[in-house]
Amino acid sequence: MSLLRLTRRPFFWIIALVIAVFVLAPWLGNNVQLRESLLLAALYITLASNLNLMLGYAGYINFGSIVFFGLGGYICVWLVNSYAWPLFASLLVAGICVSALALIFGLGILRLRGAFFALSTIGIVEAVQAFAENFTPWGGSAGIYLSSSIFLPLGGAARALWVLYFTMVAVMGLSLYLSYGIKSSKFGLGLLAIGQNEDAAAILGVPTPFYKALVYSASAFLPAIAGGIYFFKSAFIQPADAFDLSLSTEALVVAMLGGQGTVTGVALGAYLYEELRGYLLTSETFSNFQLVIAGALLLLIVLFFPGGLMGWIYNRFPRTQKVLE
Amino acid sequence: MLGILASIIDGVLVGLVYGLAAMGLTLIWGVMDVINLTHGTMIVAGMFGLYFLANAAGLPAYLALPPVLIGGFFVGVLLYWVAVHRMVGRPPLMSLLSTFSVNLMLVGVGTAIWGTALFNVEVSVPGISMGRYTFPGAHILAAILAAVIAASLYVFLHHTRLGKAVRAVANNREAAELVGIPTTRVLAFTVGTGVALAGVSGMLIGTLFPFTLLSGDGYQLKGFVVTVLGGFGNPVGALMGGVALGLLEGAITPFVPVSWTLVIEFVLFVLVLITFPGGVFARRGTM
Repeated sequence: MSLLRLTRRPFFWIIALVIAVFVLAPWLGNNVQLRESLLLAALYITLASNLNLMLGYAGYINFGSIVFFGLGGYICVWLVNSYAWPLFASLLVAGICVSALALIFGLGILRLRGAFFALSTIGIVEAVQAFAENFTPWGGSAGIYLSSSIFLPLGGAARALWVLYFTMVAVMGLSLYLSYGIKSSKFGLGLLAIGQNEDAAAILGVPTPFYKALVYSASAFLPAIAGGIYFFKSAFIQPADAFDLSLSTEALVVAMLGGQGTVTGVALGAYLYEELRGYLLTSETFSNFQLVIAGALLLLIVLFFPGGLMGWIYNRFPRTQKVLE
Repeated sequence: MLGILASIIDGVLVGLVYGLAAMGLTLIWGVMDVINLTHGTMIVAGMFGLYFLANAAGLPAYLALPPVLIGGFFVGVLLYWVAVHRMVGRPPLMSLLSTFSVNLMLVGVGTAIWGTALFNVEVSVPGISMGRYTFPGAHILAAILAAVIAASLYVFLHHTRLGKAVRAVANNREAAELVGIPTTRVLAFTVGTGVALAGVSGMLIGTLFPFTLLSGDGYQLKGFVVTVLGGFGNPVGALMGGVALGLLEGAITPFVPVSWTLVIEFVLFVLVLITFPGGVFARRGTM
């Protein structure tokens, strides 16, 4: 389906509306606290909807989606710090590099099916983390610190935070459109066929290994840019933060919570999870048990509601299936 | 020359323990096509079992084996009913997610209680000397126990009624059900045995090295490599895969930093899967 025809679908405008809310809500009232919370929500939506390209469409678990985020962060921070590149050029280069690397990795492991692919993604986390810890230009395990002067080209720290927020929202919007665009394309149908039955898909002429590598690479681009924004904002990166497995775990929980394979569900799941997490982190009893609760939530979804929130909504209100992807 | 021999012996000793650590994983994997992602945590549970029985309750270290074995079995049966039962026969994606989420809860509770502090259990077993080299007694004992446990598991699977039932279920669940094997109970028993093996291997590793709550991850990752090397559900293959891995580690340690070891093992994992999809030491279906 061409881009122009997509704009005629109501769902295209629903995504646009979500982006508009993200842009306007904190900006109108100059509400910094809301902005920070929405920034995290946008990050979760980005990570989860790109993970969903693998998980929901092709039926492949990627336990190591955090690698894209961390590697993107490293490349961006490194370019800004060592070569004084402007932020947006670094972000773009980080995205392209990570995506290209993912394509190469993907072509290497594309012959592995199902669970084996999932296990090798754990290996990729190990490999990339070992690389970051031993690669001296990236400061080894101490990491890279950025000086506060990096915010100057963006008009000082206060304005820079807004710029970074809007960039993150743009990345989130692109992620949603990417998910939607892929789902409505021939490529997306091929992926869904792989998710249903890989052998049958291959026999019917879907180039399965190539499609898998391609979707792996496509799901790397925007998380890498999100990583660049995130670590540029915190002005500090080290291996333990960049490759923190709990973030890719949370992305999995979010995608399952909202409903794997749906665009709306993942965005909804990310927003709900971010709210829940915010509540858990501030409450006395639960702040240590964040991952326990994420785990319990995931188990309940997997056992009893494998369709997630959207599965429930589709069942309850069948007509929504026509509008919400 | 003696140095090479010594490092080969060391590789074999460590490798036998790796093999044991992978055995529970490969058993469950082979029988029901479920990859138990709580395996690493169950290994750590065995280590902690040893720590509490030996250091707090004052038991001699090796007497912790029977309680860890029995406790592990019951934990495994519980795990089966909580996370695995509804997943059997569904896509492997779902059982990966369900065991992954149980693991998340266990690790979360564990870190909230114990943090990631280092624990240590002192074991004194006289070692064996060979020229300049001394092999610690605990290593030798652990390797022997690993071999004994693997042999008993092999005998159990091939020469007892229940073991044959386990293999029948692995081969074809519907057919096993048709000839009157209570497959659900056999599956629960298998997960129980797999977790008990994980616990025992953790207990033995605990006598060798200090450990933290997160030590299990490395052994779990090695377990994947050992499983694809040794074939699914094959205890003897697992030992041989473990030994191959131990020798490989001995051979590469002098040349590469420690943090790369797991990476090299994972490259091996991918290569083996591509070239020998059924395992190097066994053909698929020999279980």
